[in-house]
Amino acid sequence: MHEVRFSGFGGQGIVRCALITGKALSMYDDKFATMTQSFGPEARGGACSSQLVVSESRVLYPYVTLPGVLIALSQDSYTTYEPKLRDGGVLIYEADLVTPKEDDGRVQMYPAPVTRFAEELGNRLFANLVTLGCFSAITKIVTQDAMKKALPGLVPDRFLEVNKKAFDKGYAYGLESLDKKPLVTGDAQ
Amino acid sequence: MRKTAADPKGVLEGAHFLDGDHAIAEGALAAGCRFFAGYPITPSTETAERFAERCPGVGGMFIQMEDEIASIAALVGGAWGGQKVMTVTSGPGLSLMMENLGLAVMTETPMVIADVQRAGPSTGLPTMPAQQDMMQIRWGSHGDYRIIALCPDSPQECFDLTVEAFNLSETYRVPVFIMADETVGHMHEKVVIPPAEDIEVVQRNWYEGPKKDYRPYQFTGKDVAPMVKAGDGYRFHLTGLTHDERGYPHLTVDQNEKVVTHLIEKIDSNADKIIQLDESEMEGAEVVVVSYGITSRIVSRAVQLAREAGIKTGSMRLITIWPFAEKRIEELSGKVKAIVVPEINYGQMVREVERSAAGRCRVVSVPHCGGAVHNPEVILDAIVEASK
Repeated sequence: MHEVRFSGFGGQGIVRCALITGKALSMYDDKFATMTQSFGPEARGGACSSQLVVSESRVLYPYVTLPGVLIALSQDSYTTYEPKLRDGGVLIYEADLVTPKEDDGRVQMYPAPVTRFAEELGNRLFANLVTLGCFSAITKIVTQDAMKKALPGLVPDRFLEVNKKAFDKGYAYGLESLDKKPLVTGDAQ
Repeated sequence: MRKTAADPKGVLEGAHFLDGDHAIAEGALAAGCRFFAGYPITPSTETAERFAERCPGVGGMFIQMEDEIASIAALVGGAWGGQKVMTVTSGPGLSLMMENLGLAVMTETPMVIADVQRAGPSTGLPTMPAQQDMMQIRWGSHGDYRIIALCPDSPQECFDLTVEAFNLSETYRVPVFIMADETVGHMHEKVVIPPAEDIEVVQRNWYEGPKKDYRPYQFTGKDVAPMVKAGDGYRFHLTGLTHDERGYPHLTVDQNEKVVTHLIEKIDSNADKIIQLDESEMEGAEVVVVSYGITSRIVSRAVQLAREAGIKTGSMRLITIWPFAEKRIEELSGKVKAIVVPEINYGQMVREVERSAAGRCRVVSVPHCGGAVHNPEVILDAIVEASK
Protein backbone atom coordinates (compact mmCIF):
# COMPACT_ATOMS: atom_id res chain seq x y z
CA MET A 1 0.00 0.00 0.00
CA HIS A 2 1.17 3.51 -0.75
CA GLU A 3 0.12 6.77 0.79
CA VAL A 4 0.92 9.86 -1.25
CA ARG A 5 0.37 13.52 -0.46
CA PHE A 6 0.53 16.31 -3.05
CA SER A 7 0.81 19.76 -1.54
CA GLY A 8 1.36 23.36 -2.52
CA PHE A 9 -0.73 26.49 -2.70
CA GLY A 10 -4.06 27.12 -4.41
CA GLY A 11 -3.66 27.42 -8.19
CA GLN A 12 -0.73 25.04 -8.61
CA GLY A 13 -2.95 22.19 -9.70
CA ILE A 14 -2.47 20.15 -6.55
CA VAL A 15 -5.93 18.60 -6.61
CA ARG A 16 -5.55 17.88 -10.32
CA CYS A 17 -2.30 15.99 -9.59
CA ALA A 18 -4.09 13.51 -7.34
CA LEU A 19 -7.07 13.26 -9.69
CA ILE A 20 -4.87 12.36 -12.66
CA THR A 21 -2.80 9.89 -10.64
CA GLY A 22 -5.85 8.33 -9.00
CA LYS A 23 -7.60 7.93 -12.33
CA ALA A 24 -4.44 6.45 -13.92
CA LEU A 25 -4.01 3.91 -11.11
CA SER A 26 -7.59 2.81 -10.74
CA MET A 27 -8.56 2.75 -14.39
CA TYR A 28 -5.37 1.84 -16.26
CA ASP A 29 -2.97 0.27 -13.74
CA ASP A 30 -5.50 -2.11 -12.20
CA LYS A 31 -5.00 -0.77 -8.66
CA PHE A 32 -7.41 0.53 -6.06
CA ALA A 33 -6.98 4.24 -5.42
CA THR A 34 -8.90 6.56 -3.12
CA MET A 35 -8.38 10.28 -3.46
CA THR A 36 -9.27 12.87 -0.85
CA GLN A 37 -8.46 16.55 -0.64
CA SER A 38 -8.10 18.99 2.16
CA PHE A 39 -11.09 21.10 1.42
CA GLY A 40 -11.94 24.26 3.24
CA PRO A 41 -11.86 28.04 3.11
CA GLU A 42 -8.74 27.99 5.26
CA ALA A 43 -6.82 26.30 2.44
CA ARG A 44 -7.01 29.29 0.09
CA GLY A 45 -3.61 30.86 -0.29
CA GLY A 46 -2.15 28.66 2.41
CA ALA A 47 -1.01 25.06 2.31
CA CYS A 48 -3.39 22.98 0.23
CA SER A 49 -3.14 19.26 -0.26
CA SER A 50 -4.63 16.25 -1.93
CA GLN A 51 -4.05 12.68 -0.87
CA LEU A 52 -4.06 9.26 -2.46
CA VAL A 53 -4.20 5.87 -0.85
CA VAL A 54 -3.14 3.17 -3.32
CA SER A 55 -3.60 -0.52 -2.75
CA GLU A 56 -3.77 -3.92 -4.42
CA SER A 57 -7.13 -4.51 -2.72
CA ARG A 58 -10.01 -2.27 -1.76
CA VAL A 59 -8.92 0.75 0.27
CA LEU A 60 -10.67 0.74 3.63
CA TYR A 61 -9.47 3.78 5.57
CA PRO A 62 -9.73 6.56 2.97
CA TYR A 63 -7.31 9.09 4.46
CA VAL A 64 -3.51 9.01 4.51
CA THR A 65 -2.11 8.41 7.97
CA LEU A 66 1.66 8.31 7.50
CA PRO A 67 2.47 9.05 3.86
CA GLY A 68 5.55 7.53 2.26
CA VAL A 69 5.62 10.12 -0.52
CA LEU A 70 5.28 13.88 -0.22
CA ILE A 71 5.24 16.32 -3.12
CA ALA A 72 5.73 19.87 -1.84
CA LEU A 73 5.44 22.75 -4.30
CA SER A 74 5.50 25.60 -1.79
CA GLN A 75 7.45 26.52 1.32
CA ASP A 76 4.30 26.55 3.40
CA SER A 77 3.28 23.08 2.38
CA TYR A 78 6.81 21.77 2.92
CA THR A 79 6.83 23.21 6.44
CA THR A 80 3.38 21.83 7.21
CA TYR A 81 3.71 18.34 5.78
CA GLU A 82 7.39 17.37 5.84
CA PRO A 83 7.28 16.41 9.53
CA LYS A 84 4.38 14.08 8.71
CA LEU A 85 6.35 12.23 6.03
CA ARG A 86 7.37 8.73 7.08
CA ASP A 87 11.04 8.09 7.96
CA GLY A 88 12.81 6.99 4.78
CA GLY A 89 9.96 8.40 2.71
CA VAL A 90 10.35 10.24 -0.59
CA LEU A 91 10.18 14.02 -0.70
CA ILE A 92 9.91 15.67 -4.12
CA TYR A 93 10.03 19.44 -3.76
CA GLU A 94 9.94 22.54 -5.95
CA ALA A 95 13.64 23.42 -6.04
CA ASP A 96 13.10 27.16 -6.66
CA LEU A 97 10.23 27.72 -4.23
CA VAL A 98 11.17 25.53 -1.30
CA THR A 99 14.21 25.94 0.88
CA PRO A 100 14.37 22.71 2.84
CA LYS A 101 16.17 22.27 6.11
CA GLU A 102 19.54 20.61 5.95
CA ASP A 103 19.39 17.03 4.65
CA ASP A 104 19.79 14.87 7.76
CA GLY A 105 19.00 11.67 5.89
CA ARG A 106 15.60 11.17 7.55
CA VAL A 107 13.83 11.24 4.20
CA GLN A 108 14.98 10.85 0.59
CA MET A 109 15.03 14.30 -0.95
CA TYR A 110 14.59 15.01 -4.65
CA PRO A 111 14.56 18.66 -5.70
CA ALA A 112 12.94 19.50 -9.06
CA PRO A 113 12.61 22.95 -10.66
CA VAL A 114 9.17 22.11 -12.00
CA THR A 115 7.88 25.68 -12.35
CA ARG A 116 10.95 26.72 -14.34
CA PHE A 117 10.53 23.73 -16.68
CA ALA A 118 6.87 24.60 -17.12
CA GLU A 119 7.71 28.20 -17.98
CA GLU A 120 10.14 26.93 -20.60
CA LEU A 121 7.18 25.08 -22.12
CA GLY A 122 5.21 28.31 -22.25
CA ASN A 123 3.21 28.47 -19.05
CA ARG A 124 3.82 27.84 -15.37
CA LEU A 125 0.41 26.16 -15.24
CA PHE A 126 2.05 23.03 -16.62
CA ALA A 127 4.17 22.70 -13.46
CA ASN A 128 1.83 20.08 -12.02
CA LEU A 129 2.33 17.81 -15.03
CA VAL A 130 6.11 18.24 -14.78
CA THR A 131 5.72 17.28 -11.14
CA LEU A 132 3.70 14.19 -12.03
CA GLY A 133 6.43 13.17 -14.49
CA CYS A 134 9.07 13.39 -11.74
CA PHE A 135 6.82 11.58 -9.28
CA SER A 136 6.14 8.72 -11.71
CA ALA A 137 9.80 8.29 -12.65
CA ILE A 138 11.09 8.40 -9.09
CA THR A 139 8.50 6.37 -7.20
CA LYS A 140 7.26 3.99 -9.95
CA ILE A 141 3.94 3.85 -8.10
CA VAL A 142 2.10 4.57 -11.32
CA THR A 143 3.09 3.75 -14.90
CA GLN A 144 3.90 6.40 -17.47
CA ASP A 145 1.44 4.83 -19.87
CA ALA A 146 -1.46 4.95 -17.42
CA MET A 147 -0.74 8.59 -16.58
CA LYS A 148 -0.93 9.61 -20.22
CA LYS A 149 -4.14 7.68 -20.73
CA ALA A 150 -5.63 9.46 -17.74
CA LEU A 151 -5.03 12.97 -19.09
CA PRO A 152 -7.94 13.39 -21.55
CA GLY A 153 -10.89 14.84 -19.69
CA LEU A 154 -8.68 16.14 -16.89
CA VAL A 155 -6.72 18.70 -18.91
CA PRO A 156 -8.26 20.86 -21.65
CA ASP A 157 -8.10 19.18 -25.08
CA ARG A 158 -6.16 22.01 -26.65
CA PHE A 159 -3.44 21.67 -24.03
CA LEU A 160 -3.28 17.87 -24.07
CA GLU A 161 -0.09 17.65 -26.12
CA VAL A 162 1.82 20.28 -24.19
CA ASN A 163 0.75 18.65 -20.93
CA LYS A 164 2.14 15.34 -22.20
CA LYS A 165 5.36 17.15 -23.07
CA ALA A 166 5.47 18.62 -19.58
CA PHE A 167 5.00 15.13 -18.15
CA ASP A 168 7.83 13.76 -20.33
CA LYS A 169 10.10 16.59 -19.29
CA GLY A 170 9.46 15.80 -15.63
CA TYR A 171 9.82 12.08 -16.23
CA ALA A 172 13.22 12.52 -17.90
CA TYR A 173 14.34 14.78 -15.07
CA GLY A 174 13.10 12.24 -12.52
CA LEU A 175 15.16 9.48 -14.18
CA GLU A 176 18.25 11.73 -14.16
CA SER A 177 17.68 12.41 -10.47
CA LEU A 178 17.48 8.70 -9.81
CA ASP A 179 20.79 8.17 -11.62
CA LYS A 180 22.39 10.66 -9.29
CA LYS A 181 20.64 9.39 -6.20
CA PRO A 182 19.14 5.91 -6.43
CA LEU A 183 15.95 5.36 -4.49
CA VAL A 184 16.19 3.11 -1.48
CA THR A 185 12.97 1.11 -1.48
CA GLY A 186 11.57 -1.17 1.14
CA ASP A 187 9.37 -0.09 3.98
CA ALA A 188 10.07 3.49 2.99
CA GLN A 189 7.00 3.86 0.87
CA MET B 1 -44.78 -2.17 -10.64
CA ARG B 2 -43.08 -2.42 -13.98
CA LYS B 3 -39.34 -3.09 -14.16
CA THR B 4 -37.42 -2.30 -17.30
CA ALA B 5 -33.84 -1.67 -18.38
CA ALA B 6 -32.58 1.89 -17.93
CA ASP B 7 -33.00 4.45 -20.69
CA PRO B 8 -29.55 4.41 -22.35
CA LYS B 9 -29.72 8.18 -22.83
CA GLY B 10 -29.11 8.75 -19.12
CA VAL B 11 -26.47 6.05 -18.65
CA LEU B 12 -22.82 7.06 -18.84
CA GLU B 13 -21.64 3.49 -19.31
CA GLY B 14 -18.06 2.62 -18.42
CA ALA B 15 -15.43 3.04 -15.73
CA HIS B 16 -14.90 6.50 -14.27
CA PHE B 17 -12.89 8.11 -11.48
CA LEU B 18 -15.65 10.00 -9.70
CA ASP B 19 -16.46 11.51 -6.36
CA GLY B 20 -19.57 10.38 -4.52
CA ASP B 21 -21.51 13.56 -5.30
CA HIS B 22 -21.01 13.11 -9.04
CA ALA B 23 -21.86 9.43 -8.76
CA ILE B 24 -25.19 10.36 -7.15
CA ALA B 25 -26.00 12.59 -10.14
CA GLU B 26 -25.10 9.76 -12.54
CA GLY B 27 -27.22 7.31 -10.54
CA ALA B 28 -30.18 9.67 -10.77
CA LEU B 29 -29.81 10.08 -14.53
CA ALA B 30 -29.46 6.32 -14.99
CA ALA B 31 -32.60 5.74 -12.90
CA GLY B 32 -34.54 8.02 -15.20
CA CYS B 33 -34.64 11.17 -13.06
CA ARG B 34 -35.28 14.11 -15.37
CA PHE B 35 -36.16 16.87 -12.91
CA PHE B 36 -33.86 18.32 -10.28
CA ALA B 37 -34.64 21.33 -8.12
CA GLY B 38 -32.12 22.43 -5.56
CA TYR B 39 -30.19 25.11 -3.79
CA PRO B 40 -26.40 24.85 -3.57
CA ILE B 41 -24.85 23.91 -0.25
CA THR B 42 -21.49 22.42 0.67
CA PRO B 43 -20.70 19.52 0.54
CA SER B 44 -23.52 18.51 -1.81
CA THR B 45 -23.24 21.13 -4.56
CA GLU B 46 -21.24 18.94 -6.95
CA THR B 47 -24.29 16.70 -7.43
CA ALA B 48 -26.36 19.67 -8.56
CA GLU B 49 -23.55 20.93 -10.80
CA ARG B 50 -23.16 17.58 -12.48
CA PHE B 51 -26.88 17.11 -13.00
CA ALA B 52 -27.22 20.66 -14.36
CA GLU B 53 -24.38 20.07 -16.79
CA ARG B 54 -25.57 16.67 -17.96
CA CYS B 55 -29.33 17.05 -18.07
CA PRO B 56 -29.78 19.14 -21.26
CA GLY B 57 -28.15 16.27 -23.18
CA VAL B 58 -30.62 13.72 -21.80
CA GLY B 59 -33.73 15.88 -21.94
CA GLY B 60 -33.89 16.73 -18.26
CA MET B 61 -34.58 19.92 -16.38
CA PHE B 62 -32.59 21.56 -13.61
CA ILE B 63 -33.90 24.50 -11.60
CA GLN B 64 -31.89 26.38 -9.03
CA MET B 65 -34.55 27.41 -6.55
CA GLU B 66 -34.54 30.34 -4.14
CA ASP B 67 -34.04 28.04 -1.14
CA GLU B 68 -34.52 24.50 0.09
CA ILE B 69 -38.14 25.05 1.12
CA ALA B 70 -38.94 25.80 -2.50
CA SER B 71 -36.67 23.01 -3.76
CA ILE B 72 -38.62 20.21 -2.13
CA ALA B 73 -41.92 21.92 -2.95
CA ALA B 74 -40.86 21.90 -6.61
CA LEU B 75 -40.21 18.17 -6.35
CA VAL B 76 -43.81 17.55 -5.28
CA GLY B 77 -44.95 19.48 -8.35
CA GLY B 78 -42.40 17.86 -10.64
CA ALA B 79 -43.37 14.36 -9.58
CA TRP B 80 -47.09 14.99 -10.12
CA GLY B 81 -46.14 16.60 -13.42
CA GLY B 82 -44.90 13.15 -14.41
CA GLN B 83 -41.18 13.11 -13.74
CA LYS B 84 -38.87 11.20 -11.48
CA VAL B 85 -37.45 13.94 -9.27
CA MET B 86 -34.59 14.60 -6.89
CA THR B 87 -32.83 17.19 -4.81
CA VAL B 88 -29.63 17.25 -2.83
CA THR B 89 -28.71 19.15 0.29
CA SER B 90 -26.87 19.16 3.60
CA GLY B 91 -27.68 20.00 7.24
CA PRO B 92 -29.07 23.55 7.17
CA GLY B 93 -30.89 22.91 3.88
CA LEU B 94 -32.29 19.65 5.20
CA SER B 95 -33.78 21.49 8.17
CA LEU B 96 -35.60 23.82 5.78
CA MET B 97 -37.02 20.83 3.89
CA MET B 98 -38.73 19.27 6.88
CA GLU B 99 -42.13 20.91 6.48
CA ASN B 100 -42.59 19.92 2.86
CA LEU B 101 -41.11 16.50 3.52
CA GLY B 102 -44.35 15.98 5.44
CA LEU B 103 -46.35 17.17 2.43
CA ALA B 104 -44.50 14.68 0.21
CA VAL B 105 -45.14 11.88 2.70
CA MET B 106 -48.81 12.79 3.08
CA THR B 107 -49.42 13.09 -0.68
CA GLU B 108 -47.39 9.89 -1.23
CA THR B 109 -45.17 11.61 -3.73
CA PRO B 110 -42.12 9.65 -4.94
CA MET B 111 -38.88 11.63 -4.69
CA VAL B 112 -35.24 11.13 -3.83
CA ILE B 113 -33.39 13.44 -1.44
CA ALA B 114 -29.63 13.08 -1.08
CA ASP B 115 -28.27 14.44 2.18
CA VAL B 116 -24.50 14.83 2.02
CA GLN B 117 -24.00 15.19 5.75
CA ARG B 118 -21.68 17.76 7.30
CA ALA B 119 -21.07 18.43 10.96
CA GLY B 120 -23.64 20.52 12.81
CA PRO B 121 -25.60 21.84 14.60
CA SER B 122 -26.49 24.88 12.50
CA THR B 123 -23.85 25.76 9.89
CA GLY B 124 -21.27 23.80 11.92
CA LEU B 125 -18.39 22.48 9.85
CA PRO B 126 -19.50 22.83 6.22
CA THR B 127 -16.55 21.00 4.69
CA MET B 128 -16.23 18.12 7.11
CA PRO B 129 -18.11 14.84 7.50
CA ALA B 130 -20.76 13.75 10.00
CA GLN B 131 -23.63 11.29 10.37
CA GLN B 132 -25.77 13.53 12.49
CA ASP B 133 -28.98 13.68 10.48
CA MET B 134 -29.97 10.04 10.88
CA MET B 135 -32.80 10.79 13.30
CA GLN B 136 -33.79 14.07 11.69
CA ILE B 137 -34.84 12.41 8.46
CA ARG B 138 -36.84 9.87 10.43
CA TRP B 139 -38.61 12.23 12.82
CA GLY B 140 -37.94 15.74 11.52
CA SER B 141 -41.32 16.47 10.01
CA HIS B 142 -44.29 16.56 12.34
CA GLY B 143 -46.80 13.74 12.63
CA ASP B 144 -46.38 9.99 12.32
CA TYR B 145 -44.96 8.65 9.10
CA ARG B 146 -42.28 6.46 7.53
CA ILE B 147 -39.60 7.18 5.00
CA ILE B 148 -36.87 5.00 3.49
CA ALA B 149 -33.16 5.83 3.84
CA LEU B 150 -30.08 4.22 2.29
CA CYS B 151 -26.48 4.84 3.28
CA PRO B 152 -23.60 4.55 0.76
CA ASP B 153 -20.01 3.88 1.85
CA SER B 154 -18.28 4.69 -1.46
CA PRO B 155 -18.73 6.56 -4.73
CA GLN B 156 -19.67 3.24 -6.38
CA GLU B 157 -22.46 2.77 -3.86
CA CYS B 158 -23.53 6.38 -4.35
CA PHE B 159 -24.33 5.37 -7.91
CA ASP B 160 -25.85 1.98 -7.11
CA LEU B 161 -27.96 3.14 -4.17
CA THR B 162 -29.27 6.20 -6.00
CA VAL B 163 -30.72 3.89 -8.65
CA GLU B 164 -32.13 1.75 -5.84
CA ALA B 165 -33.53 4.83 -4.09
CA PHE B 166 -35.55 5.77 -7.17
CA ASN B 167 -36.80 2.22 -7.51
CA LEU B 168 -37.98 2.12 -3.89
CA SER B 169 -39.46 5.57 -4.18
CA GLU B 170 -41.59 4.54 -7.16
CA THR B 171 -42.55 1.21 -5.61
CA TYR B 172 -43.83 2.69 -2.35
CA ARG B 173 -44.62 6.28 -3.40
CA VAL B 174 -42.48 7.62 -0.59
CA PRO B 175 -39.54 10.03 -0.22
CA VAL B 176 -36.28 8.07 -0.13
CA PHE B 177 -33.12 9.52 1.38
CA ILE B 178 -29.54 8.85 0.36
CA MET B 179 -27.53 9.48 3.53
CA ALA B 180 -24.06 10.26 2.23
CA ASP B 181 -21.50 12.35 4.10
CA GLU B 182 -18.75 14.80 3.17
CA THR B 183 -16.08 12.11 2.98
CA VAL B 184 -18.02 9.81 0.68
CA GLY B 185 -19.34 12.81 -1.26
CA HIS B 186 -15.94 14.29 -1.98
CA MET B 187 -13.79 11.18 -2.14
CA HIS B 188 -12.83 10.00 -5.64
CA GLU B 189 -12.73 6.31 -6.50
CA LYS B 190 -13.38 4.13 -9.48
CA VAL B 191 -17.08 3.91 -10.32
CA VAL B 192 -18.27 1.37 -12.86
CA ILE B 193 -21.53 2.26 -14.55
CA PRO B 194 -23.02 -0.84 -16.17
CA PRO B 195 -24.63 -0.83 -19.60
CA ALA B 196 -28.24 0.41 -19.61
CA GLU B 197 -29.64 -3.08 -20.20
CA ASP B 198 -28.06 -4.29 -16.94
CA ILE B 199 -29.58 -1.53 -14.80
CA GLU B 200 -32.99 -2.46 -13.46
CA VAL B 201 -35.32 0.50 -13.22
CA VAL B 202 -38.79 0.57 -11.68
CA GLN B 203 -41.07 2.62 -13.89
CA ARG B 204 -43.86 4.66 -12.45
CA ASN B 205 -47.10 2.81 -12.08
CA TRP B 206 -49.31 4.84 -14.43
CA TYR B 207 -53.08 4.62 -14.19
CA GLU B 208 -54.74 3.15 -17.27
CA GLY B 209 -58.49 2.91 -16.52
CA PRO B 210 -61.36 5.27 -17.35
CA LYS B 211 -60.68 8.87 -16.38
CA LYS B 212 -63.71 9.19 -14.15
CA ASP B 213 -62.66 6.24 -12.01
CA TYR B 214 -59.19 7.49 -11.16
CA ARG B 215 -58.30 7.53 -7.46
CA PRO B 216 -54.84 8.83 -6.45
CA TYR B 217 -54.90 6.91 -3.16
CA GLN B 218 -55.70 3.50 -1.79
CA PHE B 219 -55.27 2.88 1.91
CA THR B 220 -54.39 -0.81 1.96
CA GLY B 221 -51.22 -0.59 4.03
CA LYS B 222 -49.48 -2.71 1.41
CA ASP B 223 -49.64 -1.27 -2.07
CA VAL B 224 -49.93 2.21 -3.44
CA ALA B 225 -52.34 3.56 -6.05
CA PRO B 226 -51.17 4.26 -9.59
CA MET B 227 -50.34 7.86 -10.50
CA VAL B 228 -51.31 10.19 -13.34
CA LYS B 229 -49.83 13.37 -14.72
CA ALA B 230 -51.38 16.66 -13.71
CA GLY B 231 -52.81 18.32 -16.79
CA ASP B 232 -53.83 15.10 -18.53
CA GLY B 233 -57.49 15.60 -17.70
CA TYR B 234 -57.90 13.64 -14.50
CA ARG B 235 -59.98 15.01 -11.69
CA PHE B 236 -58.19 14.61 -8.39
CA HIS B 237 -56.87 16.63 -5.52
CA LEU B 238 -53.65 16.84 -3.54
CA THR B 239 -53.60 18.21 -0.04
CA GLY B 240 -51.67 17.91 3.16
CA LEU B 241 -54.97 17.56 4.99
CA THR B 242 -56.27 14.15 5.88
CA HIS B 243 -57.97 13.01 2.67
CA ASP B 244 -60.10 10.34 1.05
CA GLU B 245 -59.18 8.16 -1.91
CA ARG B 246 -59.88 10.99 -4.36
CA GLY B 247 -57.55 13.20 -2.38
CA TYR B 248 -60.23 15.54 -1.04
CA PRO B 249 -60.12 16.62 2.61
CA HIS B 250 -61.92 14.21 4.91
CA LEU B 251 -61.29 15.48 8.39
CA THR B 252 -62.37 12.69 10.69
CA VAL B 253 -60.57 10.52 13.20
CA ASP B 254 -61.62 7.37 11.33
CA GLN B 255 -60.18 8.64 8.06
CA ASN B 256 -56.99 9.79 9.77
CA GLU B 257 -56.55 6.31 11.15
CA LYS B 258 -56.86 4.86 7.62
CA VAL B 259 -54.40 7.32 6.11
CA VAL B 260 -51.74 7.27 8.81
CA THR B 261 -51.91 3.50 9.24
CA HIS B 262 -51.43 3.14 5.51
CA LEU B 263 -48.42 5.50 5.45
CA ILE B 264 -46.78 3.44 8.16
CA GLU B 265 -47.86 -0.05 7.11
CA LYS B 266 -46.91 0.28 3.45
CA ILE B 267 -43.29 0.51 4.66
CA ASP B 268 -43.41 -1.67 7.79
CA SER B 269 -45.21 -4.56 6.13
CA ASN B 270 -42.63 -4.55 3.34
CA ALA B 271 -39.60 -3.97 5.57
CA ASP B 272 -38.15 -7.42 4.93
CA LYS B 273 -38.18 -6.73 1.20
CA ILE B 274 -36.67 -3.27 1.60
CA ILE B 275 -33.89 -3.88 4.13
CA GLN B 276 -30.40 -4.61 2.82
CA LEU B 277 -27.56 -5.55 5.17
CA ASP B 278 -23.96 -6.46 4.52
CA GLU B 279 -22.74 -8.93 7.14
CA SER B 280 -19.39 -10.62 7.62
CA GLU B 281 -18.18 -13.34 9.98
CA MET B 282 -21.32 -13.33 12.10
CA GLU B 283 -21.13 -17.08 12.80
CA GLY B 284 -19.95 -17.57 16.38
CA ALA B 285 -19.18 -13.88 16.88
CA GLU B 286 -18.82 -12.67 20.47
CA VAL B 287 -18.97 -9.03 19.51
CA VAL B 288 -20.75 -7.55 16.52
CA VAL B 289 -20.02 -4.07 15.23
CA VAL B 290 -23.01 -2.36 13.64
CA SER B 291 -22.14 0.60 11.45
CA TYR B 292 -23.12 2.41 8.27
CA GLY B 293 -21.72 4.71 5.58
CA ILE B 294 -18.12 5.87 5.75
CA THR B 295 -17.82 4.62 9.33
CA SER B 296 -18.18 1.04 8.05
CA ARG B 297 -14.90 1.37 6.20
CA ILE B 298 -13.12 2.49 9.32
CA VAL B 299 -14.82 -0.38 11.14
CA SER B 300 -13.45 -2.86 8.58
CA ARG B 301 -9.95 -1.95 9.69
CA ALA B 302 -10.81 -2.08 13.39
CA VAL B 303 -12.50 -5.47 12.92
CA GLN B 304 -9.42 -6.81 11.12
CA LEU B 305 -7.27 -5.77 14.07
CA ALA B 306 -9.73 -7.26 16.58
CA ARG B 307 -9.78 -10.60 14.75
CA GLU B 308 -5.98 -10.58 14.67
CA ALA B 309 -6.12 -10.09 18.43
CA GLY B 310 -8.24 -13.24 18.68
CA ILE B 311 -11.64 -11.68 19.32
CA LYS B 312 -14.46 -13.27 17.36
CA THR B 313 -15.85 -10.14 15.78
CA GLY B 314 -18.71 -9.92 13.35
CA SER B 315 -19.58 -6.89 11.30
CA MET B 316 -22.97 -5.70 10.15
CA ARG B 317 -23.25 -2.78 7.77
CA LEU B 318 -26.63 -1.12 7.50
CA ILE B 319 -27.15 -0.33 3.83
CA THR B 320 -30.77 0.43 4.62
CA ILE B 321 -31.03 2.74 7.61
CA TRP B 322 -34.83 3.18 7.61
CA PRO B 323 -36.76 0.98 7.99
CA PHE B 324 -34.40 -0.18 10.72
CA ALA B 325 -33.24 -3.82 10.79
CA GLU B 326 -34.85 -4.41 14.17
CA LYS B 327 -35.68 -8.11 13.65
CA ARG B 328 -32.10 -8.97 12.77
CA ILE B 329 -30.71 -7.02 15.73
CA GLU B 330 -33.21 -8.71 18.04
CA GLU B 331 -32.10 -12.11 16.77
CA LEU B 332 -28.41 -11.25 17.16
CA SER B 333 -28.78 -9.81 20.62
CA GLY B 334 -29.65 -13.26 21.94
CA LYS B 335 -26.42 -14.73 20.57
CA VAL B 336 -23.65 -12.22 21.21
CA LYS B 337 -21.99 -10.66 24.23
CA ALA B 338 -22.15 -7.14 22.93
CA ILE B 339 -23.00 -4.95 19.98
CA VAL B 340 -20.69 -2.00 19.33
CA VAL B 341 -22.09 0.96 17.41
CA PRO B 342 -19.63 3.60 16.18
CA GLU B 343 -21.18 6.53 14.34
CA ILE B 344 -20.18 10.12 13.60
CA ASN B 345 -22.68 11.61 16.04
CA TYR B 346 -23.27 11.48 19.77
CA GLY B 347 -25.28 8.27 19.54
CA GLN B 348 -28.30 8.17 17.23
CA MET B 349 -28.74 4.77 15.57
CA VAL B 350 -27.36 3.17 18.72
CA ARG B 351 -30.71 3.96 20.33
CA GLU B 352 -32.44 1.82 17.72
CA VAL B 353 -29.97 -0.97 18.42
CA GLU B 354 -30.63 -0.67 22.17
CA ARG B 355 -34.37 -0.70 21.59
CA SER B 356 -34.14 -3.82 19.42
CA ALA B 357 -31.66 -5.61 21.68
CA ALA B 358 -33.93 -4.83 24.65
CA GLY B 359 -31.34 -5.70 27.26
CA ARG B 360 -30.43 -9.14 25.84
CA CYS B 361 -26.82 -8.05 25.27
CA ARG B 362 -24.62 -5.07 26.02
CA VAL B 363 -24.86 -2.22 23.52
CA VAL B 364 -21.83 0.06 23.37
CA SER B 365 -21.93 3.44 21.70
CA VAL B 366 -18.72 4.80 20.14
CA PRO B 367 -19.66 8.40 19.47
CA HIS B 368 -17.76 11.06 17.48
CA CYS B 369 -18.52 14.77 17.57
CA GLY B 370 -18.31 15.15 13.78
CA GLY B 371 -15.77 16.78 11.48
CA ALA B 372 -13.70 13.66 10.89
CA VAL B 373 -13.95 9.89 10.79
CA HIS B 374 -13.11 7.72 13.82
CA ASN B 375 -9.61 6.60 14.53
CA PRO B 376 -9.79 2.80 14.01
CA GLU B 377 -7.95 2.33 17.34
CA VAL B 378 -10.86 3.89 19.22
CA ILE B 379 -13.26 1.37 17.70
CA LEU B 380 -10.79 -1.44 18.37
CA ASP B 381 -10.59 -0.43 22.05
CA ALA B 382 -14.38 -0.53 22.29
CA ILE B 383 -14.46 -4.02 20.74
CA VAL B 384 -11.78 -5.28 23.13
CA GLU B 385 -13.58 -3.76 26.12
CA ALA B 386 -16.93 -5.18 24.98
CA SER B 387 -15.51 -8.68 24.59
CA LYS B 388 -14.51 -8.88 28.27
